Order: sequence, then C-alpha cells, then structure tokens
Amino acid sequence: MSFETAGYQLAPVLPEIVLAIGAMALLMLGAYRGQETTKTVTSLAVVLLVVVGVLEYMLPAGKHVTFGGSFIVDDFARFMKILALIGSAVTLVLSTEFLSDPSRRIFEYAILVLLSTLGMMVLISAGDLISLYLGLELMSLALYVVAASNRDNAKSTEAGLKYFVLGALSSGMLLYGASLIYGFTGTVSFTGIAAAATVSNVGLVFGLVFLLVGLCFKVSAVPFHMWTPDVYEGAPTPVTAFFASAPKVAALAVFTRVTLTAFPGIVSQWQQILVFVAIASMALGSFAAIGQSNIKRLMAYSSIGHMGFALVGLASGTVEGAQGVLMYIVIYVAMTLGSFSIILAMRRNGQAVEQISDFAGLSRTNPLLAFMFAMLLFSLAGIPPLAGFFAKWYVFVAAIKANLFTLAVIGVLTSVVGAYYYLAIVKTMYFDEPAGEVDPVRVEVKTVLAVAGLFNILFALFAGPVVSVASAAAKSLF
Amino acid sequence: MTTWPILSVTTFLPLVGALIVYLSRGDDEAAKRNSRWIALWTTLITFAVSVILVMRFDPSNPDFQFVEKANWLATGITYHMGVDGISLPLVILTTAVMPFCIIASWKAITNRVREYMMAFLILETLMIGTFSALDLVLFYLFFEGGLIPMFLIIGVWGGPRRVYASFKFFLYTLLGSVLMLLAIMALYWNGGTTDIPTLMHTAVPRSLQTWAWLAFFASFAVKMPMWPVHTWLPDAHVEAPTAGSVVLAAILLKMGGYGFLRFSLPMFPLASHDFAPLIFTLSAIAIIYTSLVALMQEDMKKLIAYSSVAHMGFVTMGIFAGTMQGVAGGVFQMISHGIVSGALFLCVGVVYDRLHTREIAAYGGLVNRMPLYALTFMVFTMANVGLPGTSGFVGEFMTLLGTFKVSIPTAFFASFGVILSACYALWLYRKVVFGALVKPSLASMKDLTFRECLTLFPMIALTILFGVYPKPVLDMSAASVQQLVNNYNTAVTAVKAAALLQ
Repeated sequence: MSFETAGYQLAPVLPEIVLAIGAMALLMLGAYRGQETTKTVTSLAVVLLVVVGVLEYMLPAGKHVTFGGSFIVDDFARFMKILALIGSAVTLVLSTEFLSDPSRRIFEYAILVLLSTLGMMVLISAGDLISLYLGLELMSLALYVVAASNRDNAKSTEAGLKYFVLGALSSGMLLYGASLIYGFTGTVSFTGIAAAATVSNVGLVFGLVFLLVGLCFKVSAVPFHMWTPDVYEGAPTPVTAFFASAPKVAALAVFTRVTLTAFPGIVSQWQQILVFVAIASMALGSFAAIGQSNIKRLMAYSSIGHMGFALVGLASGTVEGAQGVLMYIVIYVAMTLGSFSIILAMRRNGQAVEQISDFAGLSRTNPLLAFMFAMLLFSLAGIPPLAGFFAKWYVFVAAIKANLFTLAVIGVLTSVVGAYYYLAIVKTMYFDEPAGEVDPVRVEVKTVLAVAGLFNILFALFAGPVVSVASAAAKSLF
Repeated sequence: MTTWPILSVTTFLPLVGALIVYLSRGDDEAAKRNSRWIALWTTLITFAVSVILVMRFDPSNPDFQFVEKANWLATGITYHMGVDGISLPLVILTTAVMPFCIIASWKAITNRVREYMMAFLILETLMIGTFSALDLVLFYLFFEGGLIPMFLIIGVWGGPRRVYASFKFFLYTLLGSVLMLLAIMALYWNGGTTDIPTLMHTAVPRSLQTWAWLAFFASFAVKMPMWPVHTWLPDAHVEAPTAGSVVLAAILLKMGGYGFLRFSLPMFPLASHDFAPLIFTLSAIAIIYTSLVALMQEDMKKLIAYSSVAHMGFVTMGIFAGTMQGVAGGVFQMISHGIVSGALFLCVGVVYDRLHTREIAAYGGLVNRMPLYALTFMVFTMANVGLPGTSGFVGEFMTLLGTFKVSIPTAFFASFGVILSACYALWLYRKVVFGALVKPSLASMKDLTFRECLTLFPMIALTILFGVYPKPVLDMSAASVQQLVNNYNTAVTAVKAAALLQ
C-alpha cells in the first residue's frame, strides 16, 4: 500500500484522513437529514473513532515521518493518539443521555468532538511549529463551541465565552513564542530547532517561555489555570468529562514532544520553569480543592493538581520522565472517565445533582456506586494498591533520578493535602446519613464505570505490560 | 513435598473470603449470619494454612524461606514473597488474632455486617502481605493499602468522634509514608532493584543512608508509634470498634517495629548506629512520659493506648541496641504485646458491650458480679505490668538487658517504665474490678459468656505459656536475629576501624 501525493507519503496519515472524511460525511448526513439524526450521528461517530483507533494501531511499527518532517508517527504518537481516541469515544458514549433531551438534539456536538479529536491527532504528531499550531487551533476552536453547547444555559455559554477569550489569548502568546523561536533559529521543525538551540540565547529563551505559556494554558497548569474551574463547572457534565480527558492527553503529548525533541540542548532553561509550574499546580490543586462544594469544580482543581504531578515527570527531562508522563496520563484518563461517569450517574428524580453533599450516605442507597467512587478517589489520592499509586510512582521515580529532590518532597507532601479532600468525599458517602435515593444508572454509564473502575482496582495485576508499552513509547522520543 | 505457593495462599485467602462475603447478597438476619460465618471460617482456614508454614519452617536457616518470585513490573520490580525468623512470628500473630476479632464482633456489630467482614478480611490480606513481601514496592503496596480498610472500619463503625479519629489516622500515617516512598525510589536507583534481599547486600553511600534512614524513620515512627508522633493512636483506639482496636494494637503497630528490623538496621547500619542515641532518647521519653499520661486517663481504652506507646518504646530501644538480647527481646515483646494488648482491648470490649461506656468512673466492684472476668482481666493486667511468669516480663527484661550493654542511662530510665506501668495498670484494675459494687447500673452485669471465654481463654494460655516457656518464639527468630545482629555489628565495626586508621 503506498499512497502518495506531491511526493509525500500518505500512509502514516491514513487514520487522520479517514477521520476527516468521516467527520465531513457525518456533517452532510446531519445537515441534510436534520436534528432527528443526532442519535445516529453520535453512534456513527463512536464507530468512526473506534475504526480510526484500530487503523492507528495497525500502522506498521517504527517511526514514519511525512510532509517534510512536519508529521511524525512513532510509538509515542501512536500511544497518545489511541488514548485520546479512547477518551473521545468514551465521552461521546457518556453524552447519550445529554443529547437525548428534545431541547438538546444537536448532531453538531458529535461532529465537533470528531473535529477536535482530529486536531488532537495532528497536535500529537506535530513535527514542527506550524503543524503544532494547526492542530492546537483545530482542537481548541471545536472545544470552544462544545463548551457552550447547552446554549439556553447562561452558565454554559459563559463557560464557552470565557474559554474562548482566554484560549485566544494563550494562542496568541504561543504564536508569538513560535515566531521568536523561528526568528532566532531560522527553522520551524523540531529537529532543526534542536540542532540550532544548543546554547541558550535570550531571544530563544523568550520564545521558549511564550511557547510554554501557551502549552501550560492547554494543560491548565498554574498560573494559567484560571479558566478551568469555571469551564468545568459551567459546561455540561459530559463535555467536562471530555475536556478533562482527551484534550489533556493531546496537550501533554505535545508538551512532552516539544520540550524533549526541540529543546534537549537547553534542558536547564525549561526545567526550572517546569519545576515551578509543577509545584504551583500541585499546591494549588491540593489546597484550593479543599473548600469546594461542587463536585465538578472540585474535579477541576483535582485535574490541575494532576497535571502538576504529570509535569513532575516531564521536568526531569529524561526517558524515565517521559515514561512517567505516559503512565500518568493513561491512569489519569481512566480515573477521570470513571469519576465523571459517577458524576453523570448521580441523578435524583431525573435531575442531575452536583453538590458533594448530594453524595451523602451513597454507600447505603447504592453501595456499588459508592464503592467504585471510593476506590477511584483513593486512586486519585495515590493510595496503593490502586492505579493512581503507580502513576505517582513513575513520575516521582524519574524526579528522584534527575536529583529533583525538593520537587519530589513538595510533590508528595501536597499529595497528602490532596488526600484530605478525596477522603472528605469518601467520608460523605460512607459515614454520613443518606440524602435520598439515586435514580437507576443508565447502561452506558454503568459500562464505562465498570471498565474504568476495574482498571483502577486491578491495575496492579496487569501493570507489567502497560509499563513496557509506555517504556517503548518513551524511548521512541529519544 | 508439594510446591504449592503456600505463602501466597496464606496471604490471599482472606481476599477470596472477602469476595465470597461480597457474593452472599442480602441484608436480612440470615445474610448477616452467613457473612459472619464465612469470615470466621476464612480466618480459621487461613490460620490453619499458616500453621503449615510453621511446621515446614526451618528455624536453623537464617535466610528467607517459602520464597516465591514472579515477574511483575519490568526493570527490577518483582513479585517476591518470603518469610524469615523475624517475619514469620508476626505472620502467625496476624492469622491467629484475626479469628478472635471476628468472634469479638459477632454481637457487637449489627449494622452493615457484610461490609464490616469484608473490610476485616481485606485488611488481613494486606497485613500478612506487609510481613511477607520481599520487594519494596510490593511492601509499600500492602503497607499503605491497609490504610483504606482501617479508615473505613474506624469511620463507619466507630464511636462519636470517629470522623476526626479516622482522618487523623489516615493523614498522619500517609504523611510519614510518602517520605519513605521517596527513599524507596532513591534506593531503587542506587541498587537498580527494589528486591529486599538484594538491597540488604547492596552498599548504600553514607549520605544516602542518613536521608533514607530518616525517611523510613518518618514512616515507621508514626506507625509504631513513637513519642512525639503518637497522638493519632489514642484517638484511633478510642473511636475504633473493639475488633478494630485489637487489630490496631496487636498487628498494625508491629509494622513499625518490623520495618525497623527489616529495613533500617540491615540496609542502613551506619545511619542506624548514628541515630541510635536519638531512638534511645525518644524511647525513654515515650516510656516515662506516656506512662505518666496513662495515669491520668479517664477512658479505659485511652489508658491502654498510652500504655501501648510505652511498651513500643521498649521495642524500639531493644531493636536499636543492636545486641542479640535487645533485638530478640524486641521481636518477643512485639509478639507478647500483640497478644496482651489485643486481649486487654477485648476485655474492655466485654464491659463496653454491656454498659456502652468506657469511662473508668462508671465501673467498680465488678468482681462481685463477674468473677471469671475479674480473673481474666487480672492475668492480662499482670502481663501488661510485666510480672515474671507472664509473657510481658520476658520481652521487657530482654530489651532492658540488651540496652544495658549499650547505653546504661537509657536502660536506667526505661526501667522506671516498669514501675509506672504497675501504677497505672493496677490503678485501672482496682477502680474497675475491686471495691464495693454500689452503682445500680452494674447490678445486672453478667459474667463472661461462652463466646467471650472462647476469645479470651486461649490468650490467657498463650500469655502464661510464653511467660514461662518463651523458647518457641525465641527459637524461631534466633537464627535470623543472629544474622541481622552480626551483619549490623560487622558494618559498624568496619567503619569504626576505617575511621581509626585515618
């Protein structure tokens, strides 16, 4: 099989091409048949994502570069793309209930998720600053609209607008940084930049800082996290689940690729930035979450903290660090999707409930749901033998090897603070008196919860293979 | 001889039991009875399997036995289990105490019985695993995992201040442990593996020894608990249900002492030697100070909790003396304390179930109505005091003897603990058991039931047996302790000799 156009190999981009054509075909279907097709379009979108995932998996092994080095498919890209595809597909499945309401029959929702996923895939494979920006914008523009998809709800539209304004600002910074880097190195390709950026020069570092600011915004790391709690709280819950999973994977992937492949010569320059950002994110994520009463807002702070932990791995700048990031993001996605499926399952009399006090006594009204959530919360807190412990193990083990002792000590101490608010939810569910019955849980939510929950609880059993895959993916970056 | 993985079976049998309890659905009386019986049988079978371990154990071999190894995580982290003379007694202690805990909860726990039994069975797996893991990551998994069921046991079935106590227990322990986790990572990069037997023979640079020792100390000192980080223990004990207190006192506290024996002494001998004066000071303070605090308590469980801290002071003191008597005494004291303090909490549970208060002032003159109880309580009080003829004496005497050879002032101050423990224990006994029975609420108190005798009498037998014939425990651990002490002394003398040459 050899696709070619203008002398460039097309085979490595096959999954992206299929996704793009599929998304457009579904858009036609929706546009000509109207809003009744919402359900069909959503289901087909899930199928499409699965097909793309399989195609990605079946691509020949090894590293493929095409479009003159601006598109890279290696083990790392494949790993992250499949994870992002899983995140998108699962959130679409979780959106079924949200889209079934007659007032919210919007087939564009699924199309936007597909286009955003396409952006993520380009972003993950980006080999130069142009394709990075292209992927980032495609991903973000679709996300802005999705955030406001509950158009009759003031909070949802506010979330969309806020996200758009701040997102545009960060894109501007990123673009500014990219232009500076181009100006001082004379190239946009990562390998070219790596060759040129062996000694730190002020202009280049300036560009690097702006580029990192843009990326920090996308992974919602402190101090560029302001949008996260508002958007998480305001957006419809399935959308929040989407924001917390797939885009984070893509952003963290490009973060890792840019720092490790474009700037390996000036590690000390970006390392101190990342150390600061990681510490600030972990600390804010732990302390600010304590006072929250809305579960979605709490999850926002929790995800800020978790991004901080993932950046600990990246800050070490080694192959172990990259492996730590990969392990962290896999487990983070599983924990997040599991937690959000619980939040989606929490409905009383047909109404979604989002306050932490609504979880009171859940262990008696719905023991299985409470048990799963408790395990996910312990996992988020990093308590062994649950998956979250292994995530933390791999990032901190990398930090210790890179002699980042202060970072590691502060990191584990903030994780103890973080454990407090996770425990507080467990306490609400297990020690308090029941706040009332919960509606029966929908099948698709149950399924997602079961898979994500079991992944968390039983992770210790199959950790070995996951570690070796992550290790191979990390090595492909070096 | 068959080669089935006997140690893993012992470890994970309770987990299987927990699954069976989970599958036995329902919330009516029959279901509750079922889960009680399943839990009891699981713990009994586990105990029976662990007895096979004892029978096949070769006490003359100082190395790890029943070793099982399997691939787990890549790069030097394996599933590695095994026991030696130091960990086997603790494994047996765990499997032996658990059936008593289940029986003690038979009538006392009436709500959410299924979850309760599951929590205890899962906890048992994690405790046995802690003592038999031979890989640091695996050890940490079991060690920290135990927090989850214990948190729920205190929080769901505990007393009025259970939320405060459970949070304090969880966060205090976690804070100590995360620092140990970082030290484990540092050791991993130093030795390229987390395999404990390998690491025991890997040289650790002196600076890393100091930091790693401190990090491990942070975890084990909290778990032990040592003064001044003991404050979570009285709260946890007071609020926990009876069986929870028993597990806490009898087994969870021993994880700290076990950690010192398994990691601090063999892996960081130089740091252990350097820090021994610190440990001696803290132990002596713990022994005297917490004994004095115990004298002032109005709550029976709190009094016993403080006396536990004092008794653990003897253990740490003996371990870091680094002498044969001290270390062997420390191991023995852990086993003895496991039986005695567990039994004391059961004794408190007996009267608590009848009167629903633990206030010392609410009792008095119980001997008139409950002669059998008075006798039982007396045996354990005497063992707590360390009266010769009970197991408490052997441990305290050996640790004092071992410490005397190394640090006379420590042994001098620690011996005050013996006197003070007599003060508070006898005072408690007099207040509760002796005197005239004047309080009307006590007039209808019934003596020990058959079920309560079933839990307490075997413990009396063991307390007196080990008091007059401590040989079984000492023999089991002798070879391993000897090897540990030899390695420790060799390492310390080598450095001293090198320092002299310079």
